[in-house]
Amino acid sequence: METAAAPTVGRSNTAAAWRRFRRSSSGVFGLIVVALLLLTAVLAPVLAPYDPHSTSRAAFAPPLAPGHFLGTDNLGRDVLSQVIWGSRVSLMVGLAAAATATLIGVLVGALAGYLGGWFDELLMRITEFFQVIPRFVLALIVVAFFGSGLVNLILVIGLLSWPQTARLVRSQYLSHKTLPYVDAGRALGMRKFRIMFLQILPNAMGPVLVVASLDVAQAILLEASLGFFGLGDPNLTSWGGMLNTAQTFIRRAWWMSVFPGFGITLAVLGFNLFGDGLTEAYDPRMAPR
Amino acid sequence: MAAEGGGNGLALYALRRAVNAVPLILGVVIVNFVLIALAPGDPVMSLIGEYPAPPEYVERVRQDFGLDKSIPERLWLYLVNVAQGDLGFSFANRQPVLDLLLQRLGRTLILMLSTVVVASTIGLFLGVIAARKPGSLTDRGATGFALIGYAVPEFWLGQILILVFAVLLGWLPAGGFRSVRIEYTGLAAALDMFKHMLLPMAALSFRYMAITTRLTRASLLEVMSAQYIVAARGRGLSENTILWRHALRAAALPVVTVIGYNFGFIVAGSALVETVFGWPGIGRLMYDSIYTRDYPVLLGILLFVSVTVIIVNLITDAFYAVLDPRVRY
Repeated sequence: METAAAPTVGRSNTAAAWRRFRRSSSGVFGLIVVALLLLTAVLAPVLAPYDPHSTSRAAFAPPLAPGHFLGTDNLGRDVLSQVIWGSRVSLMVGLAAAATATLIGVLVGALAGYLGGWFDELLMRITEFFQVIPRFVLALIVVAFFGSGLVNLILVIGLLSWPQTARLVRSQYLSHKTLPYVDAGRALGMRKFRIMFLQILPNAMGPVLVVASLDVAQAILLEASLGFFGLGDPNLTSWGGMLNTAQTFIRRAWWMSVFPGFGITLAVLGFNLFGDGLTEAYDPRMAPR
Repeated sequence: MAAEGGGNGLALYALRRAVNAVPLILGVVIVNFVLIALAPGDPVMSLIGEYPAPPEYVERVRQDFGLDKSIPERLWLYLVNVAQGDLGFSFANRQPVLDLLLQRLGRTLILMLSTVVVASTIGLFLGVIAARKPGSLTDRGATGFALIGYAVPEFWLGQILILVFAVLLGWLPAGGFRSVRIEYTGLAAALDMFKHMLLPMAALSFRYMAITTRLTRASLLEVMSAQYIVAARGRGLSENTILWRHALRAAALPVVTVIGYNFGFIVAGSALVETVFGWPGIGRLMYDSIYTRDYPVLLGILLFVSVTVIIVNLITDAFYAVLDPRVRY
């Protein structure tokens, strides 16, 4: 947050935003959840009692069984360790896909909003196209055909998630480009790209971060949905993939289903609430009451 | 006279939007066709299976399905066929794709439509009682419910519902869309299907209930400070009359559009929920087609869903214009 707003907006604005963020109880709760998840993901090798892939003869052990707090799955793998390692995939895909979407969205939105004309028209048509296309169905098909490795998942989800950012950034540029500071920059002979990305962009970043945070939540949800359809990274333990396996054994082992789902819900909730807090911080008028 | 003019404007607007939708639909078809054409793997081989087949036979199957032609030729053929309502032939089901989709469509539609009705009714109600006293316990309860409902993945919720209501309590069936052992007829059959639909519908409803609750509440709070509400209060109307009669009418508008614009997400949710409950609709067909590499079916579903989403967006726009006297096109 600070890194993005700091360069030209200056410290006082960031500090004010942080003060407003802290006042939002849901934002703070979201931040705590996100921080804990990040910690879990980073420290997974230390936190997890077992290798998530290592099978044992103790299949279908219920929760609180000796040595397996959350039980074991059909192959005797420790569910707790799988849930802990699963946070890695969710967060990596969520953050990287949202970053990809934000990058594309900012580029498209800035070019369309600042340059205008037929170029704007063209870019907005493309944006509209990506907005109506059913994201889940298309992602499913692409991943099914081209493989469901981590990089593919990130790229596909990122490439299908940018329209909202693009529209937002475009509207920001439309209102900013008539302001005096932009005129001043132009009068000083600054080049277009300098005005677009060094002058206007930092001022438009607040709402973009809000959407980015919500994008992370949506990307986590989409990755989990693909995983549930059996289209997660086959070499990594993911929450969606765990739920796919759990579906087969639903009558036999409720714990295989309950705990990974908690993880997804918590992660999505965390980033949504964090986004609410950011709204409060950057645009208090728009904040949900 | 004014109404007539408005109607004309609306018709013109609808026509313009419909014309705009054509390149969108065309784009959808082309993008998907290109994707499929570039996809690795040979559909002919997956059609024949693992068995050793003589090369002449492989060649004949290839020709039968037009897979020996060049990609531009196949695209052109595909476009011509789609224009004639021919979405191709399902390799795995040995049946035209359109027939297959139409067979499944009813079951998906009944699930989605009842979800939309239930979710928006309950969501509207929760939003209203939350907005009545902002900050109250009811408000916080409804808001918290909306937050969680928006975060829960519907397929996991489906599994939890199965665990509680089918496995633990044994009240409702865990899957399928009718009882297999007993053949019901007439009203009993409808009731039987309804029992099978309750859990998938509940699983699918949650997210839209949450969205509707949150939005109804927010737009009601905005409307409640408007001057005409203050005026209604001044005339001594009861708070309930104001809320349900005056405020909700204006507040319901964004809610209606949100349901329309979220249609694509309901389709995705339906695919997931159908898979959890073995509900034999289009979503389940998609799941099965991925494993059989049944390209034409996937293409058909994508096209079908995209066109539906575009049309629903169109209707939503028109609906908004009809409902809101301030909007004129």
